[in-house]
Amino acid sequence: MIISVASGKGGTGKTLVATSLALSLKDREQVQLLDCDVEEPNDHIFLKPVITISEAVCIPVPEIDEKKCNYCGKCAEVCVYHAIAVFAQHVLVFPQLCHGCGACSYLCPEKAITEVGREIGVVECGHSDGVEFAHGKLNVGEAMPTPAIRRVKAKANRDGIVIIDVSPGTSCPVVESIKDSDFCLLVTEPTPFGLNDLILAVETVKELKVPFGVVINRAGVGDGKVEEYCLREGIPVLLTIPLDTEIARLNSRGITLVEGMPQWKKSFIGLFDRIREITGERSCSAKW
Amino acid sequence: MKEVVVLSGKGGTGKTSFVGSFAALAKGAVLADCDVDAADLHLLLQPARREKHEFWSGQTAFIAEDRCTQCGLCQELCRFKAIKDFRVDPISCEGCGFCSRICPTEAITMKENLAGHWFISNTRYGSLVHARLGIAQENSGKLVALVRQQARQMAEKNGADYIISDGPPGIGCPVISSLSGANLALLVTEPTLSGIHDLERVLGVCQHFGVPALVCINKYDINEDNTHQIERYCLSQGVEVAARIPFDNTVTKAMVAGLPVVEYSRNGVSHQIEALWELVLKSLAK
Repeated sequence: MIISVASGKGGTGKTLVATSLALSLKDREQVQLLDCDVEEPNDHIFLKPVITISEAVCIPVPEIDEKKCNYCGKCAEVCVYHAIAVFAQHVLVFPQLCHGCGACSYLCPEKAITEVGREIGVVECGHSDGVEFAHGKLNVGEAMPTPAIRRVKAKANRDGIVIIDVSPGTSCPVVESIKDSDFCLLVTEPTPFGLNDLILAVETVKELKVPFGVVINRAGVGDGKVEEYCLREGIPVLLTIPLDTEIARLNSRGITLVEGMPQWKKSFIGLFDRIREITGERSCSAKW
Repeated sequence: MKEVVVLSGKGGTGKTSFVGSFAALAKGAVLADCDVDAADLHLLLQPARREKHEFWSGQTAFIAEDRCTQCGLCQELCRFKAIKDFRVDPISCEGCGFCSRICPTEAITMKENLAGHWFISNTRYGSLVHARLGIAQENSGKLVALVRQQARQMAEKNGADYIISDGPPGIGCPVISSLSGANLALLVTEPTLSGIHDLERVLGVCQHFGVPALVCINKYDINEDNTHQIERYCLSQGVEVAARIPFDNTVTKAMVAGLPVVEYSRNGVSHQIEALWELVLKSLAK
């Protein structure tokens, strides 16, 4: 079962929820935590995993054999990303623009193009106190996170519980991380920014047809409009975490909520049971 | 004309609240919301929309069932696993067009995507260029580039001295697009281990692209040990810490009221944000 933790707005507490959920379930289930926020991964700060495997994430980019190339320009013509420019006696490749689709090498009439791996980041796997862990790290200066996200997600073992920590926003990295999840938790805060971005996130998960529920963090900080919205839309609010300086202090030091305040463990187990209820109901109703 | 972009790496550190206040303080700057997939600046600036434009970008493959012989070549060659059972999953399709070029029966066509909208609006403080990326759409970097290009044109036309851009979180495509060619990046961080980790990465991006940076530590009193650590780190990198702003719930109250905090209240936080803006101006003048 895959549960993704997303938010729309950044800094609402995705990492807090993902790490505490993983740690709360590890005694009952086989748990994997996959940090798919490859631009700014933070779960490792809280879990301090022992990393046992480190793999480079490469995307295939074209390399031109100018001995074979007759400068016909086909490769540049088929590349919609403008990653190749062909001159009278020279071919220029812009690897940063290449998405690795493979069209140029396949369609080159002279078979003058081979693909070589260009490293854009790394995937690291390990474990932390009974939780299996993996995250991706996009190299600084690289623009495309999705290939790294795919590689992290390839580590998912659906037999157990897989928790995916998603980057903020609603665009391609978020979609790549959430799709194929069995459930998505949307973490928000009760402020106008939190609500605005929650509505965008709800539209995104609806588009992906992933069932979802809301976690309200820092309850008490702003106004009541997030709760009103959820009530009006029939969106279940599965957990509420209050605004609390002690929680903020633990968070600032890289200590998970359930480690710092073990009484919260029960709430996260309850959260998981609600998710299981909802997804169970759904699969039953889908059958009939 | 000078452009400052506000970034953070980590989300939720306070970028938009600062930009809203800078807009009020700058008087007559052009404002650009470069967080195109979760834009919030409009909630503080209450813009009146003047123009709405479509943003067409990228393509998606379509298979004409009547022409498809189900040979499977497209499925085999698609690197993005976007074709299953001779149907295209538009969310996975990256629009490369490879399939349409190799289909033996020419059953696949590429169609342009309406990937979002962008707007020009009036606010009390100056013109705002902002955008809304379509749900589950790609090419946020291109939409950001478009927003910035429009903001520059607007600034030239209006004779504005400054462009203030509210950037997205992260370090990837839309961040690079927000940053390239800007005169200054203001990096808003918070004294948490996550904030520090993410600051280091976004500062790395600024250094990579040669954009000078200033750092602001927001909610510095949440953990003063971490604040000192950020200050030491910035010193080692030769980056100035321009402000340390305390945690103050007035910022959230101002957000609920739909106002920049410098307009909502004349308390300590407002004064500190004013002082920060003065330092930003000084850096831009260099």
